[in-house]
Order: sequence, then structure tokens, then C-alpha cells
Amino acid sequence: MSTVPTEVSPSFEVERIREDFPVLKQTIHGKPLVYLDSAATAQKPYAVIEAIRKFHEVDCANIHRGVHELSQRSTEAYEETRGKMKRFLNARTKSELIFVRGTTEGINLVSSAWGRKNVKEGDEIVISAMEHHSNIVPWQILCEEKAAKLRVIPMNDRGELLLEEYEKLLNPRTRMVAVAHISNALGTVNPVRQIIEMAHRAGALALIDGAQAAPHTKVDVQALDADFYTLSGHKLYGPTGIGILYGKSKLLNAMPPYQGGGDMIRTVTFEKTTYNDLPYKFEAGTPNIAGGIGLGAALDYVNHIGLNRIAAYEHELLVYATEALERVPGLRLIGTAREKAAVLSFVIEGIHPHDIGTVLDRQGIAVRTGHHCAQPVMDRFHVPATTRASLALYNTFGEIDALVAGIHKVKEVFS
Amino acid sequence: MVDDLYQEVILDHSKRPRNCHAMDDANRKAEGYNPLCGDKLKLYLKMNGDVVEDASFVGSGCAISTASASLMTESLKGKSREEANAMLEKFHELLTTDTPVSKDLGKLVVFCGVRDYPARVKCATLAWHTLKSALENSSEPATTE
Repeated sequence: MSTVPTEVSPSFEVERIREDFPVLKQTIHGKPLVYLDSAATAQKPYAVIEAIRKFHEVDCANIHRGVHELSQRSTEAYEETRGKMKRFLNARTKSELIFVRGTTEGINLVSSAWGRKNVKEGDEIVISAMEHHSNIVPWQILCEEKAAKLRVIPMNDRGELLLEEYEKLLNPRTRMVAVAHISNALGTVNPVRQIIEMAHRAGALALIDGAQAAPHTKVDVQALDADFYTLSGHKLYGPTGIGILYGKSKLLNAMPPYQGGGDMIRTVTFEKTTYNDLPYKFEAGTPNIAGGIGLGAALDYVNHIGLNRIAAYEHELLVYATEALERVPGLRLIGTAREKAAVLSFVIEGIHPHDIGTVLDRQGIAVRTGHHCAQPVMDRFHVPATTRASLALYNTFGEIDALVAGIHKVKEVFS
Repeated sequence: MVDDLYQEVILDHSKRPRNCHAMDDANRKAEGYNPLCGDKLKLYLKMNGDVVEDASFVGSGCAISTASASLMTESLKGKSREEANAMLEKFHELLTTDTPVSKDLGKLVVFCGVRDYPARVKCATLAWHTLKSALENSSEPATTE
């Protein structure tokens, strides 16, 4: 066992934080739950669960309509999250923040609404070799429809994007560069500020998939100069089915609507409809009100602990886990970028990830196994699948020891 | 702890799969794919009239799917198409229902532990889905979905 670093952020009281997450207080197959799958979805603190319960129990009504008290309370609580998100991402105005179901919908909104209007035959869209399927397929659909071309930034064996190759891909036909801030399969933190700047120099826009970044690193969309930035609430300790798309006002205003329906209109006649202002133009229909309110509580929770402290603690966990896993004979880490978030993807010689996942599960350890919705990444590293342990603010050094012990047990079974 | 799933026979067949090779003179071939985990399998059959004379496979997969393909190809040899189809049904029943284990399945009963691991049923059935499409001579890859 490694020695737990003694300089561990002394003020980071992980045991107290764990008390906030009811799901962690259980045993799985008779063993304490070791939840190492937060990159898939993070667990929810009481504050989030309570905010959703309170909405349904006390305030429940539809929003943006109705003058009655409950509707006003609901509207206020829901819109408050938009304000919190504005501060969280440092957007210029609240109207630049559009509620979506999650990152996937955020990307689809841009590829559909912006893409339909702005991409023409022969144009090019640039993505990277480490994208999640949700940042590949929407662009593929667009390119097919418009006879445009999809170009891919390659990466090295550590899982780092090759910026000199990216530079060569950029040209006057490039319309959009869409890349992940942090890779879900490899943990790589991409130099998005530089990537965006290079896109802009070529006259292209940039969309950043922030699904994995938002829970682990401070995001400032103005400092990044991102044109679009999108994230999912459920990876940020909030509920599923709610996320945010940030877009620069100028771009959002020039885009046609994504979906038609209630709330996104100003006036409707059978001859002509005029659309609502931002952000409502892109929010057709009754939204996930409870989800929006839950997300607000999640932002408060994260802010209360502080993203910088969370990031520092997770980094210590990552360093500890990396060293511990590297000592396991036959284990190979996939994704060893110099700038990395707390994701450990690995393969073990001769043992399939599914078997690893099942044996770990029987020891109460939850990891993700498979291609992580990033099949091109698996192809790039010539593996069919990996096992992925992803860490969050409630994980402990002891849990990493449990993972390593679990892996030794796996090796015993399949020796 | 996981011995109910990874029984000795399964571990043995996963480490040293039988009939794990391509077959040049096969007259039926089919491909199987489990989109959930990316496991791929190619199945070869040599049919003599209605009888499976020989069966083999190649592919990459977990211990359960490799052992399943290995044991399946072993049990298929000498079986008629009708017998093979009956086995397929019984095997599926073994994994997905609580009915008493059928003795006709022979060695294949080692997979009864998979019942308690719903997430792994598709690993065990991939080879059998592929068999179905080989017997039907389908050109579409079989999937577990």
C-alpha cells in the first residue's frame, strides 16, 4: 500500500462530505460501496434531493405562465439557477444560458440550429480523436446533410491532442471546432483556450463539451472566449435530465430556433410566428423544472466547498491512484496525459474489462467497463474496452486501496 | 464469492478456448457483435446436409463470452439443425428464467450462474445469437440487442 500523503489538503474533510451523500451509506454484496463511476454520473447530496422534494411538495407549478403564487415561486426558483449558472461559468448575461437536457442536447442544439443555417457544401467541421459519441455523431449527421467534411485532430500515445496537426487541419473552410474540455475515456485535460484561439484565428467558431470538466475545474467562458460551452447537471452532483448550453448572445440571436412550441414564441398566428427573446427562444415546452431547481442546489453545494479545493483534493487522489495502479503487474493505464483529471482507464493483460467489472462489483466496487461511448478512442489504443475508475470529491485514499486490493482479487480469479 | 459465475469449466474454456480458429472449408459463417461492450465473434459451421459436422469461432471477448463460444462449438458437433435450435432455446431459458436446469444441456449447465448476473447474460448469449444467424444463413451481423 502507498502511504497516504500527509500533506493532504488538511481542510478537506472528506468524511464530513461523505455524510452529505446518502447513497454512499450502503453495502453492496455485503461490502461497503466504493463508488468509482462519477464520470458516468455523480451521486447527489442531500441538498439536491431536498430541493427537488421541496419543489414537488411545496411549490409545484408550471413556470413562465400563470399569475398565481405557486407559479411565481416555481419560476423564481428555476430562473435562480440560471443566475447561479451565469456566475458559475462567468457568462456575460443570464440570457446566454439555455437549459437543455444535458450535454448531448446542447451539442445537438448547436449542430442543428447553428449548423442548418451556417454550414454549406464543402465546409469543414473539426473534432478530436478523443470525443464522446455525443460530440461526433451530431456533427456527422450535419456533415452528411450538408455534404460538409468532418476532420479529426489526432492524439499521441499518452492521449494528448497534437496541436501541430490541428493547425494543419484549419483552413478558410473550417466553420466549427468542437472538442471536449476533459476526455471522459482518458481523463486528458485539453488546452481548450489555445484550441479556441486557433479556431478563431482561422475564422471558425468553437464549441467545448464541458460534461467532464464542469465538476472538476473552474470554467470561465469569457476567459476561454468559447463560442459555445455545454455541460450536464448530473455529473455535477445535480439530477439527470438537465444541463446548460452557453452561447454568445450574438450567435444565439442569429440562430434559428431549435424546437418549436410553447414558451419559445412571442406571438403566434396561422400566418406567422414571432419568436421569444433569448434564452426562451431555445426553450420550447415545459422544461425539467424540478431538475433545474435541483441543479441550482448542486451549484450551491459545489460553490460552498469550492471548485479549487475540490480540484486540489481530486488531484491528490489521482496521483495516489496512478502510483498504486502502476505498481500492479500486467496493468496498463490508457490515458497518461501530463494534464489529467481524476479518471483512470486501464486494461489488464489477459483479462477482459467485463470480467474485471463483475469481480470488482462483488466486492462492492463500482467501476465502468466498456468503450465509454468513445469507440474511436478504443480503436486508437487497440483495445476493445477498458475498465475506468473515475473519482469525485467524496472518494477517499482508502477506497483506492480497496480498488487495488480488488484488482489483485480479479487477478487471482483469472490467474 | 464469484465462483458461482466463474466456475472451473468456464475459467478453463476462457483461458484455453476450444475450436478457436478460422475454418477454410466452412459453408456457413456469421458474425456476432455486442454493442454494449464491443465484443466481436465470427462463427464457422461446416454443415453436412442437415448436420453440423464441424464448428469453430474467432473473436475477442470476456471470459463468459469466450467460454460460451468454446463450449457451444463443442456441443454442436454432430447435432442436427433441429437439435441445435432446441439447444439454443434451452440455453436461453437456462440464463433468463428460474425453471429447473435441463439435463439435456450437458456441460452447458455451468452457465446457470449467469442468471444471477443480469448484466452478463448478453455475454453468454452472443455466440448463440450468432449461431442462429449462421443457421438462418443471414448476412446481417447478429447483435445481442
